[in-house]
Amino acid sequence: MATTTETMTINMGPQHPSTHGVLRLVLELDGEQIVKAVPHIGYLHRGVEKLAESRTYHQALPLTDRLDYLAPMSNNLGYVLAVEKLLGITDEIPERAKVVRVLMAELTRIKSHLVWLATHALDIGAMTVFIYCFRERERVMDMYEQISGARMTSNYFRVGGLSADLPEGIEKDMREFAIEMPEHVDMYEGLLTGNKIWQKRIIGVGEISGEEAIDIGLTGPSLRGSGVDWDLRRDNPYSGYEEYDFNVPVRNECDTWARYKVRLDEIRESSKLVIQALDKLKPGPILADVPKVCLPPKQDVVNTIEGLIHHFKIISEGFKPEPGEVYVGIEAPKGELGFYLVSDGGPRPYRMKIRPPSLLNLQALPQMAEGRMLADLVAIIGTLDIVLGDIDR
Amino acid sequence: MTDQAVVEKIKAKFSSSVLEVKEHRGETTVTVAKDDIVAICTFCKEELGFNMLADLCAVDGLDMGLDPRFLVVYNLYNLTSKTRLRLKAPVGADDARIDTVCGVWGAANWMERECWDLSGITFNNHPDPRRILMPDDWEGHPLRKDYPVQGPDREPYQGRTV
Repeated sequence: MATTTETMTINMGPQHPSTHGVLRLVLELDGEQIVKAVPHIGYLHRGVEKLAESRTYHQALPLTDRLDYLAPMSNNLGYVLAVEKLLGITDEIPERAKVVRVLMAELTRIKSHLVWLATHALDIGAMTVFIYCFRERERVMDMYEQISGARMTSNYFRVGGLSADLPEGIEKDMREFAIEMPEHVDMYEGLLTGNKIWQKRIIGVGEISGEEAIDIGLTGPSLRGSGVDWDLRRDNPYSGYEEYDFNVPVRNECDTWARYKVRLDEIRESSKLVIQALDKLKPGPILADVPKVCLPPKQDVVNTIEGLIHHFKIISEGFKPEPGEVYVGIEAPKGELGFYLVSDGGPRPYRMKIRPPSLLNLQALPQMAEGRMLADLVAIIGTLDIVLGDIDR
Repeated sequence: MTDQAVVEKIKAKFSSSVLEVKEHRGETTVTVAKDDIVAICTFCKEELGFNMLADLCAVDGLDMGLDPRFLVVYNLYNLTSKTRLRLKAPVGADDARIDTVCGVWGAANWMERECWDLSGITFNNHPDPRRILMPDDWEGHPLRKDYPVQGPDREPYQGRTV
């Protein structure tokens, strides 16, 4: 007797632990094979772009912390660089502020990649790595707390520089952490790289060629895992990255394995960058000398009427960039994070459009998953390193 | 290729479609007629090497008194020469539609869906014209300037009255 088979449509997520809270995937399955995958990215929507348009440029800064909440300082950096470009004060940023920005951006990259590795490994079934990665991440979180007062929503950078200087003694902790970190990465590799189960789960899974990756808008480690040698830190340097010596890891396998290796190598490179930044760190001002934009020193605010008036005007009215528009993209841990700002000459961004890396990376999911087995989908979601706050702004 | 050379090539090929060329903070913006947007984008990709669509969005010019009201903005990137270019196409409020560039860059698919969802620009011939961030039955487009920040059917907070 002839038998007929039918495809079955099921929901994966949002409850599934690998779908990060609000992601829902509608899957059409033929047995265990994925025929079609349609992502629904959920309703986390907090309207960050709309909110930013009703606040001054300074007031919009804390909103950016909450985009990719695993890499708040990277988001801050992208935003302040865009506002500084809009104001035309990019060259005014003091050297110390630029070095601290690089320092924090690289620690943030390590921190973000640690959560990626922890959850990716956990999704696939390796629990030990999760615990080790969070142990190391905790040290960066402690530094975040000492520097900005907050463990997650740091709001540390300012238009023109930084909100405060580094606390005393933290440089030593950072250096120790950066020296130790490559050894930790070796240990993660010792647990995973040679592991047959790990290899079977990720080698050849979620393949996407370099050309397809560029076409669909993949950026960051996901693009570099497809053999495309492209990194904004090197190719469109910002915040003084051109003065640092670092490699851009690239792999040609185009699969989950390649993206895994690229990210691990990036943690090693970021550790090198942290040490270089610490070597470069010299005493000096942390805020640009642009009185119409940057708040005056606290002693002037409390001791002089001019300082007080200045402070009041910047806080209450904000500053007014001349009409125009800019787009600034930075190499965030997950890929290109871009801010497109339009000024109408007023104190608020007339239009703020965020180019989130996770949204475009997730767009590639159906392409990577269709034709694969259902179990592979968990590895593919993990390899994209998505953060829903970044996607569903 | 310098920005100027890129602009000259676009002008030479689409002389009647280039409406304005502007430079601000070292970034070049070319405003073009919306009817030729697909041809211009294809030219930018295939002849000028802008192989990545970095970003796509709309700007609602209502509060700036723009006529036509909307601008659809394309931020392009050339991975070989490491240069950026911005294209803009004005779109009127009465006929807020423009052809899709999904056939040029696959990345445009979700970006155009978002642009439709939040700004209300219809993309002709889009392969999957569904909302992406808001629920399917949502009314209105939140990023339009005449859409209230606090959302529909809610009064703005007036402060304590008692």
